[in-house]
Amino acid sequence: MHLMYFTEQPMSAYPEQEGRDFGATALMFSNRHFDPVAGSRLYNEYLEHYRIAEEVGFDGIMLNEHHNAPFCMQAKCNIFASILAATTKRVKLVLLGNPLPLADNPVRLAEELAMIDMVSRGRLVSGFVRGGGQEQLAAGVNPAYNRERFEEAHALIVKAWTQVGPFRWEGTHYQHRVVNPWAVPVQTPHPRVWIPGVLSKETIIWAAKQRYPYIALSTEIEATQKIWELYDKVAQESGYAGGPEYRGYLQRCHVAETEEKAMANAKQFMWMQGEFTGLAHPVWSSPSGYFSPSYRTAFVEYAVGRRSNPRGAAFDDQIRNQQIIAGTPKTVIPKLRRLLEETRPSIVGFWASDGFVSSEDTKTCIRLLGQEVLPALRDMGKELGLWSPFEANAPTSINFPEPARLKDPAR
Amino acid sequence: MSPSPVSWRTERVPVAGITLNVASAGSGRPVLVLHHDIGRPEPSPFDDALARACRVLAPSHPGYDASSRPEWMRSVRDVAVVYQWLLAERDLARDLTLVGLGFGGWIAAEMATMAPRAFNRLVLVGAMGLKPERGEIADQALVSYIDYVRRGFADQRAFDRLFGAEPPTSRLEQWDLNREMTFRIAWKPYMYNPTLPHLLGGVAIPALIVWGRDDRIVPLECAERYQKTLPHARLEIVDGAGHFVDMEQPDELASLVTRFVAEA
Repeated sequence: MHLMYFTEQPMSAYPEQEGRDFGATALMFSNRHFDPVAGSRLYNEYLEHYRIAEEVGFDGIMLNEHHNAPFCMQAKCNIFASILAATTKRVKLVLLGNPLPLADNPVRLAEELAMIDMVSRGRLVSGFVRGGGQEQLAAGVNPAYNRERFEEAHALIVKAWTQVGPFRWEGTHYQHRVVNPWAVPVQTPHPRVWIPGVLSKETIIWAAKQRYPYIALSTEIEATQKIWELYDKVAQESGYAGGPEYRGYLQRCHVAETEEKAMANAKQFMWMQGEFTGLAHPVWSSPSGYFSPSYRTAFVEYAVGRRSNPRGAAFDDQIRNQQIIAGTPKTVIPKLRRLLEETRPSIVGFWASDGFVSSEDTKTCIRLLGQEVLPALRDMGKELGLWSPFEANAPTSINFPEPARLKDPAR
Repeated sequence: MSPSPVSWRTERVPVAGITLNVASAGSGRPVLVLHHDIGRPEPSPFDDALARACRVLAPSHPGYDASSRPEWMRSVRDVAVVYQWLLAERDLARDLTLVGLGFGGWIAAEMATMAPRAFNRLVLVGAMGLKPERGEIADQALVSYIDYVRRGFADQRAFDRLFGAEPPTSRLEQWDLNREMTFRIAWKPYMYNPTLPHLLGGVAIPALIVWGRDDRIVPLECAERYQKTLPHARLEIVDGAGHFVDMEQPDELASLVTRFVAEA
């Protein structure tokens, strides 16, 4: 198993009532409510949490990025990855991920990621995402070409990593006279790529065709099972068998010394007014062209309030269906076992706390996870045969069948 | 007494690999009506009123409503060239008046700069295409379909009459489809072409600029800028209308256009 620590890096130090009064906590919610003094404190707390996560035995630290919203302070995952590349020793740095369509120069991303890989001595896992709808608006990037840009930027980055330069790139969305970065990954053929997602079938299909692990972000168990059915079907059609090494899951899981405290802190997973990407106008999260035409009817109805948010389930429901797990180590372990048995992932991210959970409680949670929960999960992983891509020596991708490893010294 | 009904004919016309949906009606001097970013409403009282005096050609823009989407298309100028192609095939340009509504006004302005003497007259109604110097063009990317269209009306009752107070989902889907195509060709810069003002000076034909007094989508300063930049332009401001002058004051707009066409 590959067990990761994750936090959204909540910017909880903003006046909550202002968000309610404005009616949104995303995109257009004014940054006059952003307090950089609190921001400075929080960033440094999060860095300490990551350090403890490595110390107590997590295999990886999962990072992400979002823009213009308090639910996530991390505006550039490569910055935290760079810091952690130098300040951690063992953990994989799992970026889930860089929003490719937002990049106007994917070669720059290829360089940054290569630098992170070299500084970390080959600990980079470079996930890629499309970015949320609001991200397209925040970055001024055309939502109608989101998927085209994603696929083209990905192809360009992999080429920059795996083929010697200089070469020329004349694509639809990217044109480069000279691609010849003097920074290439230390992992060969290239760092592993994992693809996270929550809604789009197209992304699952794309990941399976690339033979990249897919990381389901806090979906319900039944929905997760459907994801794997689809993934495995596409894998079959692509000439390989899916299985645990291609399956990841991000679990919201808060652990404390008592049930009561764990449950109280877990309620903070709902702090963004029930919607973890913040309360937003629906057209911001689904600008025209961002979603595939097969969702058009559902989204126009959602956009004008005729259909409820597909992700906005109530806290009690999310506890019942295990989208949120909370308790003492003793009570969360059987629930996690159910997740492992019913969906068979080999990669599990622990989204350990959110919102206003104190730094002290977060640290306790990380320690309890490391000391009591992770060892139990590792045993279960062995028992259930849930070998991670690293343990299974899984191929890097459909095009590069060899597992990613450190390059040999030239001489 | 309500006016006599107008009978429209629709054709599917292949141009540049696109199947254009072209509606036509009426007889007399030819007028090309270029619709808004939200598409062409059906029925359209303005198109009907105009067709009682002129021969009206009303295509759906490539990728809008019933016209097929050209995946390759990237700019409003591409649309303008497609229409030049359509008109050239029918040898229509010489006597033709271009009437551009809102977003369609931007297309019409681009067409006029490409062929400065080719057309009879140019009518721009609440036209996009120029960057306002003081205000902004209202950005539909940030608001819902209904809120955007409502913003284009001075009197919300006119919206209710045309679309219903709660437009049906099928209408919203159409607005979403058209919005997606608008993003594909006019995302950035949003709704203007920075080179257009430098080229309007060559337009040798008479132009009529019409603006709704309460246009909250394209600021009135753009009307003044069009009037100043086009060599032979005059400005008419319509009371009791927002951006969608054709939908709020169809008869008044049709009469302005008809008289302007007849002046030739």
